[in-house]
Amino acid sequence: MLVDILVDALRTSVGPTAAAYALLAIGLNMHFGFTGLLNFGQAGFMLVGAYGVAITVSTFGGPLFLGVIVGMLAAVVLALLLGVPTLRLRADYLAITTIAAAEILRLLFRSTAAEPVTGGVFGLRQFGGAFFALNPLPDDRAYLGPLAASAGRMWVMLVGWSVVLLMTLLVWALIRSPWGRVIRSIREDEDAARSLGKNVFAYKMQSLVLGGVIGAIGGALFALSLQTVQPDTFLPQVTFYAFAILILGGTASTFGPVIGAVIFWFILGMLLSGLRTFSDAGLLPEFFGAQAVGAVSLTFVGVLIMSLMIFRPQGILGDKKELQLDVS
Amino acid sequence: MARVSRLGLLGLLVVVVLATLAVAAVAQEAETISGQLQADGEGVAGVEIAIATQDGDPVGVGVSGDDGSWSVELPGPGTYVVTIDVETLPEGVGLTNPDRQELELRVSEGGSATALFALGEREEVGSLLGQRLAQSTVNGVKFGLIIAMTAIGLSLIFGTTGLINFAHGDLVTLGAFLAFALNVLVGLHLILAGVLAVALTAAISGGIESGLWRPLRRRRTGLIAMLVVSIGLAFVIRHLVLFYFGGSRRPYGDYTLQVALQFGPVRLQPVEMWVMGLSVAILVGVALMLTKTKLGKGMRAVADNRDLAESSGIDVNRVILSVWVMGGGLTAVGGIFLGMIESVDYLMGFRLLLLMFAGVILGGLGTAYGAMLGSLIVGLVSEVSTVFFSSQLKYVWALGVLIVILLVRPQGLLGRKERVG
Amino acid sequence: MSPDPRPDPLEGTSAEPGVAKADPILTVSDVRRSFGGITAVDVDHLEIPRGLITGLIGPNGAGKTTLFNLLTGFDTPDKGTWTFAGEDLAGVPAHLVARKGMVRTFQLTKALARMTVMENMQLAAVGQTGERLLPALLPSLWRPQEDALTERADELLVRFKLDHMRDQFAGTLSGGQKKLLEMARALMVEPSMVMLDEPMAGVNPALTQSLLGHVKGLRDNEGRTVVFVEHDMDVVFDISDWVVCLAQGAVIAEGRPSEIGSNPAVIDAYLGSSHSEAPVQRRKRHERRAS
Repeated sequence: MLVDILVDALRTSVGPTAAAYALLAIGLNMHFGFTGLLNFGQAGFMLVGAYGVAITVSTFGGPLFLGVIVGMLAAVVLALLLGVPTLRLRADYLAITTIAAAEILRLLFRSTAAEPVTGGVFGLRQFGGAFFALNPLPDDRAYLGPLAASAGRMWVMLVGWSVVLLMTLLVWALIRSPWGRVIRSIREDEDAARSLGKNVFAYKMQSLVLGGVIGAIGGALFALSLQTVQPDTFLPQVTFYAFAILILGGTASTFGPVIGAVIFWFILGMLLSGLRTFSDAGLLPEFFGAQAVGAVSLTFVGVLIMSLMIFRPQGILGDKKELQLDVS
Repeated sequence: MARVSRLGLLGLLVVVVLATLAVAAVAQEAETISGQLQADGEGVAGVEIAIATQDGDPVGVGVSGDDGSWSVELPGPGTYVVTIDVETLPEGVGLTNPDRQELELRVSEGGSATALFALGEREEVGSLLGQRLAQSTVNGVKFGLIIAMTAIGLSLIFGTTGLINFAHGDLVTLGAFLAFALNVLVGLHLILAGVLAVALTAAISGGIESGLWRPLRRRRTGLIAMLVVSIGLAFVIRHLVLFYFGGSRRPYGDYTLQVALQFGPVRLQPVEMWVMGLSVAILVGVALMLTKTKLGKGMRAVADNRDLAESSGIDVNRVILSVWVMGGGLTAVGGIFLGMIESVDYLMGFRLLLLMFAGVILGGLGTAYGAMLGSLIVGLVSEVSTVFFSSQLKYVWALGVLIVILLVRPQGLLGRKERVG
Repeated sequence: MSPDPRPDPLEGTSAEPGVAKADPILTVSDVRRSFGGITAVDVDHLEIPRGLITGLIGPNGAGKTTLFNLLTGFDTPDKGTWTFAGEDLAGVPAHLVARKGMVRTFQLTKALARMTVMENMQLAAVGQTGERLLPALLPSLWRPQEDALTERADELLVRFKLDHMRDQFAGTLSGGQKKLLEMARALMVEPSMVMLDEPMAGVNPALTQSLLGHVKGLRDNEGRTVVFVEHDMDVVFDISDWVVCLAQGAVIAEGRPSEIGSNPAVIDAYLGSSHSEAPVQRRKRHERRAS
């Protein structure tokens, strides 16, 4: 039984969802880790990425690649809309505005008025045909040994983790460039950056757009892997999962989000699978219903965020020395 | 949340669905979801009800017959999402609570479940715009007062500590559910249960300040780090409530199903009038406390300029603790009032949090009166918007106000410019 | 004290508030800023002479830092204009002010703690190709420029005796070293005028002389204009060519260091303020931010 739980957790931790969340966290790392921008609306960027694909293909019958581009462009527009009013204000205003904007989007997309385009509360489905048609893997066998991934799942994982790698490299290259130097100086002290002739607003905007687009790619991947989008997938807690991943892996560490995503989903997978197994085996108290499994896991995410932030803010791999420096 | 627009509901809104299959269920092998739609005692025919799995896979669509009854067979036990297609409702009939368009039901092996959709007759289209405006304005004030009570704490906590407390909404939920537990599970009368719940929430809120936030401040934890901690805390509170009380909406045991009274164009239940009256009294009390008492002046002084207050001999930590205790108590009052006029569910506080943010920023972050004013406006905007637009979008308008105010006047209506920079 | 062999550029300039200079680099006219009804800055006219060191003094809350903030674009005045090297700078955002050659430091040092000393220096160079998003991805486009500015930064670090800290996080520097780094970093911008906000505040006395030497070096070796705010009157009188005294936001006196200490308006401003020390005796170093 324990082996089953472990295999299940491992399967979750390398699955398409973990890859999609790694992308969300990479985007957040650009925002929060490197630039110091508090984006609490990453779920909104994910939503436009996912619906960009779904609406283009499912509602309008357009090609898949166009859908991905539409999703990314929508993320650019969203970042501009959010950034213009808030990037000149204190960091917490951006936090409030982004979480509000993500909720506005979700409510708009699930409304009856939007149903002809977005499918309302039911969302959209069956838009990934072209993506899976590209799958070169023979589908008469299972992959990854005990993890037994189907050819379709394997294909999503391959593409997903490749994109994760690509985005990690992109962020890595950018952060070690002079551009990244300006970005990090803004995180340290934006007035200092300004006094040295840097257009802080423009750089923050670039960071917001870039991280948002990476989040939107994560959304597109998420939608393709599930073959369905529903507005209520994009609740604010999605953003906070991504934050937990980011803090777990270590903010401002280039590979942190990837490692964080794998570990986070391993732990969460173990919790969910373990609780379900025990629940099915009747080993849990009666009041521990089906809903309780989710509730316990989410409570755990909260405890994880709190305790990491309090006791190990550098993440599990980070270097504490750097954090102890007096950041004025 | 929100029993929004009762605008234009005629007569007593009758909920109905009978457990028509109470007997049949025993005999039946296949799992079903069924129900009966009625308005004013009459069956409503020709309405489509869609059933889908939790993942959104459609299972089937039921159409109500002449007596309003419908039934859909399910592929197996599990949790299903039942959605009524409001477009198929006859002219003049609407959902009493537009947020209840979608229900989640669990069906066990061989069992059946009943989906309840409360319908009411909507007044003739073309009914007086003035009447709908009057009703929604009153609803907006009612809702705004509740937001205001919860938002004062949020604003004062920000003013005194610089922390944007993302767990504030979940204190609302906590207060509402403590009252629910004492009222429904323990069996106390709601008034007693409510008073106890307010005291408990205030104590818990104070405990969180002295057990968590003060040590963090002493460790010189950064504000952004504390903000992220508050999100973690919010998650913990919210999902512990979910764990103990489940995810469905629950009513309190008292003051439900009251007959509404007609005042000119406006209909109100007695409980709503009590909620509004008490809210006004509490808000006036808070305002007096802030202006007249030493503690209140201390709160305003610390919120205004912490260093100055400290150097003039105010015990800042004590003031901050009082802000948390008072703010916690007020959130509980707001949560209980919201539960009384609607119902309680584990997400009620989080939904309110975003509206609190809107109200607080609109009024001016860190100011107590600004929080009251801004919250009232947010309540009004969201309710009055339902006269002109779909009620599904009422929060969209309220949150839109937030973004507009940040563009036009980021310091808020009553805020000072220097705070923003 | 000034080793400048050239004729005194302030020859014949009378010691009165708002007096015109022969060759001003910065001219301020009618600049006003109030916070909630309290006037923080109210300067009718002020000229800063080019290529010299001007000391800005005044009691706490006189508006010195606020004036710095206004002139460098970090704050917006209620009204007023000012020109720098012939260019109107009112309403110009802070980063453009810096690029035009007017660079400031801060009272509370803003060393970028989690970046190395070298990164602090490299950051400050203007016009870097690699600071644009797309070229940043192609190191071959910016590598030569990066090497050149690193070389320049290394020279400055040697001059400011920070070369041994080159690859340390700036957050690990001492208070005085941070002040040195801020000054060296400002020079990476290649400014024609440097505005130093309390460069000696919180600096270990052993480092004070070296810092003073660097300030004088800016003028003598590189011909840059310096304006600095300082509370230590010995320092002010030691290195300034000209001293401007602010009180309650207004310029109340100007003059050579030798004249200003005995100026009745200056003595009155200090005596009349909450601090009952005459400027000449004041030694106390302030960390508090002036409003």
